[in-house]
Amino acid sequence: MNAIVLLVVGFAVFSLGYFFYSRFLATKVFRLDPDFVTPAHEQEDGVDYVPTRPIILWGHHFAAVAGAAPIVGPGIAVVWGWLPAFLWVTIGTVFFAGVHDFGALWLSVRNKGRSIGALTEDIVGRRARSIFMIVIFLLLLMVNAVFGIIIAEEHINVPGSVIPTWCVIFVAMAVGYLVYKRGMSLLWVTVIGVTVLYGAIWVGAVVPLSLPETMFGLGAPAQWVIILFVYAGIASVLPVWLLLQPRDYINGIQLFIGLALLYAAVVIAAPDVVAPALNQNPPDNAPPIVPLLFVTIACGAISGFHGLVASGTTSKQLDREPHARQVGYLGSVGEGTLALAAIIACTAGFATFADWDAFYSAPFPAAGLSAWAIGGANIMEAGLGLPANIAETLLAVMGILFAATTMDAGVRLQRYIIQEWGQIYNIPALTGRGVSTLVAVGTCLLLAFGAGGGGAGGRVIWPLFGTSNQLLGALTLMVMTVFLTKLGRATWVTIVPLTFLIVMTIPALIIQLRDFWNAGNYLLVAMDLLILGASILVALEGMSAIGRARRERAAAA
Amino acid sequence: MLSALGKLLREFYSAPYRGAVARAKREEDDLFMLLVFSEMVGVPNPASYYTLELQPLLYDDFHEWHKRMGMDHSPLEWFSCC
Repeated sequence: MNAIVLLVVGFAVFSLGYFFYSRFLATKVFRLDPDFVTPAHEQEDGVDYVPTRPIILWGHHFAAVAGAAPIVGPGIAVVWGWLPAFLWVTIGTVFFAGVHDFGALWLSVRNKGRSIGALTEDIVGRRARSIFMIVIFLLLLMVNAVFGIIIAEEHINVPGSVIPTWCVIFVAMAVGYLVYKRGMSLLWVTVIGVTVLYGAIWVGAVVPLSLPETMFGLGAPAQWVIILFVYAGIASVLPVWLLLQPRDYINGIQLFIGLALLYAAVVIAAPDVVAPALNQNPPDNAPPIVPLLFVTIACGAISGFHGLVASGTTSKQLDREPHARQVGYLGSVGEGTLALAAIIACTAGFATFADWDAFYSAPFPAAGLSAWAIGGANIMEAGLGLPANIAETLLAVMGILFAATTMDAGVRLQRYIIQEWGQIYNIPALTGRGVSTLVAVGTCLLLAFGAGGGGAGGRVIWPLFGTSNQLLGALTLMVMTVFLTKLGRATWVTIVPLTFLIVMTIPALIIQLRDFWNAGNYLLVAMDLLILGASILVALEGMSAIGRARRERAAAA
Repeated sequence: MLSALGKLLREFYSAPYRGAVARAKREEDDLFMLLVFSEMVGVPNPASYYTLELQPLLYDDFHEWHKRMGMDHSPLEWFSCC
């Protein structure tokens, strides 16, 4: 079977979802009102609340949510064959992620642009809000730790990625300085910056760098993880115009370029999908496909993280309510296309089934980012004539930069939460910038090392990251359900995904608990129990809140 | 067309961080205000002659500033904005 079939069917499903299902949501469920005065107008202040063109907002939402997860998740999940991953990504994007992202954006816009966390307290209650903060903290902890591990590993698997990745920091700072302090034309700075980045990729492919095998008793992966977290800590306290803003910008640009190149290569090369539809021979330690598929691929099917993005800045910049359909729903469709590209790269990028099987016979979870880089590089070489080693470096750098920008933002968000807790619970030590950054980075490092002793085994926490992500998604859907119930609208659009997520996440956590216990990794057992506890709380709180809202609605009617 | 692309890129660059950048600038400006009016909070100011010259230029923003700093009424006797 040819990869073009996956491409065409995938895009067809996404298109049908956008044209039919999102229209249904927009007209019948959310009832988008073109005359509704959005917070961008009502509270317009030229700073946070600024009406923005929908294409810009879409670009941002897409770039912000398109991280390493839609690449790594499918990269791991195709071990079960291409069909399950393909079905979950396509159907999930249409019925789950689309509803979640679109709904979170709409919910925030209808409520003065407030974030989902604040809305949880207003709409559901104080207890739900506390659960929400715990889940967010766990999610941030997991995302920072697992992304740090993945970047470290990819630096070792593709040593050519070292130079370009760290070069980007200087390119970003130069862009930030020239644009903010010198007021240079962004167009030219962009062209030069992107050229330097791709030049650095070429240099990196030719000059691979590796850290020493051991230093101070730490293996190379552990060294990289430490370097990354030191960087993340520093990046989170630098002025945003100097590093984070230009970094995000460059990230967005190279997302579009990379996706365009990869899809063009797929169309031209038309590679065959060598992976089986359903793998009859998965590795011995591979967990059951149900429920683990649904927590291995989160972003690209549904991810709670996106609700934070949608209700963070996007909702404060939405010009008119009907734009929410383009920005929210189409944003998650965009991410679906990235996940689809990853599936194609990891199933059609190998020359033969034997090659694919050799890679995916490794213990679960496989090195998803490496599969993406290797597979994608083969396709790019066949389709665009780009030498495989340069293409591999390009794709590896792409995945690493996605993960790194998420880490930057994740450490900063974690720091804010710790500072907020310091304020709420009256622990003055935690409110300082230095201490809170150290606590944030310290906890992530602890988890990263505890997961795999700083070795490549750290990837084992990927499904755990998936569960916390899905849990946040479930929580957001729960808040949406309660709000929709109060408005008397159809709630099955949110209840079905919500129930599915809880029903898949809790067994997945129990299975993982058994695996971690058998492996003797008690730190992960503890993390698992924490997330399991939070899941049960979310499930109970959800049932109680939705039940209450239903009763109130029935009483009022 | 190039200028339209430039505008699009500019929007794409500034949109998500406008708030953060503006807030950081506001913090810097607030610190400057504090330095200029430091005498009134009892901090001896070696550059008082120079900051005295600057004060009238800052009166427009003074009200917003003292409200942000948590002072309900104007702390300056000779300048009652509220």
